[in-house]
Amino acid sequence: MIAETGLIALWLAAALALLQFALGAIGLRAEREDYFAAIRPVAVAQGVFVSLSFLLLIWLFLRSDMSVRLVVMNSASVKPLLYKFAGTWGNHEGSMLLWVTVMGLAGAFIALFERSLKKATLVATLAAQAFISLGFYAFLLISSNPFERMFPIPADGQGLNPLLQDPGLAFHPPTLYFGYVGLSVAFSFAVGAMITRDVGAAFAKAMRPWVLGAWIFLTLGITAGSYWAYYELGWGGWWFWDPVENASLMPWLAATALLHSVTVLATRDGLRAWTLMLAVVAFSMSMIGTFLVRSGILTSVHAFAVDPERGSFILALLAIYIGGAMALFALRVGTVKEGSRFELISREGALVANNLLLSVILALVFIGTLYPLLVEAVTGEKLSVGPPYFNLATGPLALMLVAVMAAGPLLRWRRDNPKALVNRISIPVLVVAAALFALVSLTTGMSVLALLGLALAAGVAVASFAPLWKRNLRRTPLHTYGMVLAHFGIAVALVGMACESSFTEENLVAAKPGDEIVINQWKLEFEAIEPVAGPNWTALEGRMTAQYGDGTLHEIKPQNRMFAAAQTQTSEAALLTRWNGQLYVVLGDGDSEGRWQVRVWWKPFVPLIWYGGILVALGGLLAMIGRLRRGYKQRKQREYAEAML
Amino acid sequence: MNRWLLWLPLALFSLFFGAVAIGLMMPKDNIIESKMVGKPMPTFALPAAIEQRPALSSADLAKGKPTLLNIFASWCVPCIAEAPQLLALQKAGVEINAIASRDTPEDIAIFLNRWGNPYSRIGTDTTSKVQLELGSSGVPETFVIDGNGIIVHQHIGDIRQEDIAKLIEILKEAG
Repeated sequence: MIAETGLIALWLAAALALLQFALGAIGLRAEREDYFAAIRPVAVAQGVFVSLSFLLLIWLFLRSDMSVRLVVMNSASVKPLLYKFAGTWGNHEGSMLLWVTVMGLAGAFIALFERSLKKATLVATLAAQAFISLGFYAFLLISSNPFERMFPIPADGQGLNPLLQDPGLAFHPPTLYFGYVGLSVAFSFAVGAMITRDVGAAFAKAMRPWVLGAWIFLTLGITAGSYWAYYELGWGGWWFWDPVENASLMPWLAATALLHSVTVLATRDGLRAWTLMLAVVAFSMSMIGTFLVRSGILTSVHAFAVDPERGSFILALLAIYIGGAMALFALRVGTVKEGSRFELISREGALVANNLLLSVILALVFIGTLYPLLVEAVTGEKLSVGPPYFNLATGPLALMLVAVMAAGPLLRWRRDNPKALVNRISIPVLVVAAALFALVSLTTGMSVLALLGLALAAGVAVASFAPLWKRNLRRTPLHTYGMVLAHFGIAVALVGMACESSFTEENLVAAKPGDEIVINQWKLEFEAIEPVAGPNWTALEGRMTAQYGDGTLHEIKPQNRMFAAAQTQTSEAALLTRWNGQLYVVLGDGDSEGRWQVRVWWKPFVPLIWYGGILVALGGLLAMIGRLRRGYKQRKQREYAEAML
Repeated sequence: MNRWLLWLPLALFSLFFGAVAIGLMMPKDNIIESKMVGKPMPTFALPAAIEQRPALSSADLAKGKPTLLNIFASWCVPCIAEAPQLLALQKAGVEINAIASRDTPEDIAIFLNRWGNPYSRIGTDTTSKVQLELGSSGVPETFVIDGNGIIVHQHIGDIRQEDIAKLIEILKEAG
């Protein structure tokens, strides 16, 4: 009965979404205040029912109910509890249900707590939100019912793709989904504002927490995904410019641009049309990302999620939402009044530079990702675009962006004196020059990009703290600390990237127990190969002792894992993290002579890439808490003032 | 701002939509024929990998007689598996040259001592540069090259017992 209850809850939620959309659309047209009032409870009810449906699906997975098709295909009774739980969204149907659940919850949240937006704009936003959800409900109910039963009932399930049985992966997709859904809310806000032509500071302030939240989740999702690919795929790289990675990077780039332009709109009421467009583009990128992953139109390491028919469905949704929003933009933006102006040398000017650079990078990544597809559609020829293109095309722009990032926060709003800027930026510039000099004289063979990256990172690390200079630290608003932390995180990540690309050492040997493998300061003693067993896998484990130059000893155990349910093999790299880098050991195949392919990397400072990512996300979190707290305080003050009158 | 400029995003999106829709409708085939088949060998000159065998340059591969070019490495386990087949081909009178990928002279010498040395010439490609130019992404891989230095065939992965007859066939046709 659980499955049937879940399905009924899903149908009810879909019906409520339809009602929510109709109330908004008719109410706005007929200007019916009573419809306006009804839309809030409907949105809340929709959130409740869709959540119930999702919770029931989780329950089915936890119980390993093998009469439900989805559980059979994606779970197994021997699976550890955590992965039964994560298996709920480790598949197409479950992840779509998760998506629409988060959307429903977001709608309910707006309905309950959003008080500063004009009523009509809020209603239009909730209607747009319901309209987007309807597409996903239709998708679930028509072609991907997660609650479908199976007969005859099989003895056990087929298990989850072993690559996905990993704590990182249990949380990587939902993190990205929260990000995508956050952008869908920003999109709904933009559509709502375009419908009512109410684009201004209040709208920007209402939208900003959602953009910030989405951006935090996207940052975390990309960071986690990068680390997962790094240690699970066993190639030792942290970014492959794989289409699916790009699919998650593109929304992040757009969201980063949006985050900065919405600040201009909220603070100075500038960049109105541009912010609207970015909100549309950011959500487009997350839809396109989902489409690229699900449709299998681009071949990639993420090929486990592919199904062309579903691709067509998402493409149809894409055409309706994005095409519709862009047509609305073309029709309406001409009638939105222009916001306030500013001069080139100003905080706004720097933010516009940030936006332009991010947009160009986004365009370059987009073109690179889709170029093979375009060529194949036109000439039938197959080709792939790889890291050489992406690094060369985006690297220099990214460095320029980082330079702007260092200078921007030191500028005043509206207009600033160029001389004063030179004064304020002089210390970071000196740091860059000193770092450049030190690097050129101390190292050999660094690429220009890595060299500049490392030097710039040093400057940015200093510059990121400059906004706190000579300020009363206790009265500095929390969101300023957030910005400082996020910018500093970028510098940290940049150091990691530059070091990884310049100083990584690699050694590849066929070794047998008793052999010694040497890399950089490390001496690895290959002691033995032993069989080990986990809950649903067996593995051959290499036992090695790694000795660092200073004499410290560490035990490491790379594995070659075999999963019982899916008959698949994965290699579990052994990682050893020191303050100055990471030792990365992969155990490959063996031969009849008892020799094993062992691949060893020494990667100086590589963890900084992900520490940086986490700092950036933490910065975002601080900014969000600061903004929400300030908004709450201002509202309380306003209410108090009104009560006094 | 120009009014028509506002339609630009929609126009670009339509373009994307069209390309993707065509892409979705096209039948999927994921077998990639090597781009290098039918093309001349890229020009290269690699230093000798071990003292006992001379160095290898692209000119050595265009001397009138079809040859095999094997890309291998001492750290590569499938290369050990294909060693007997390479020796058999050499016994059958095939000239086999090799590129050692990302390897050291000591390791190569140990490898060849142990598993046999079917090669006439061995160049060492420490950075995989030549290998990548050849359109080869892994080891082992074997190319059939005709007497004029044109690549006729690319064999990806280790040569199994059952592949020998086919390779000899292709070599004959190239001759």
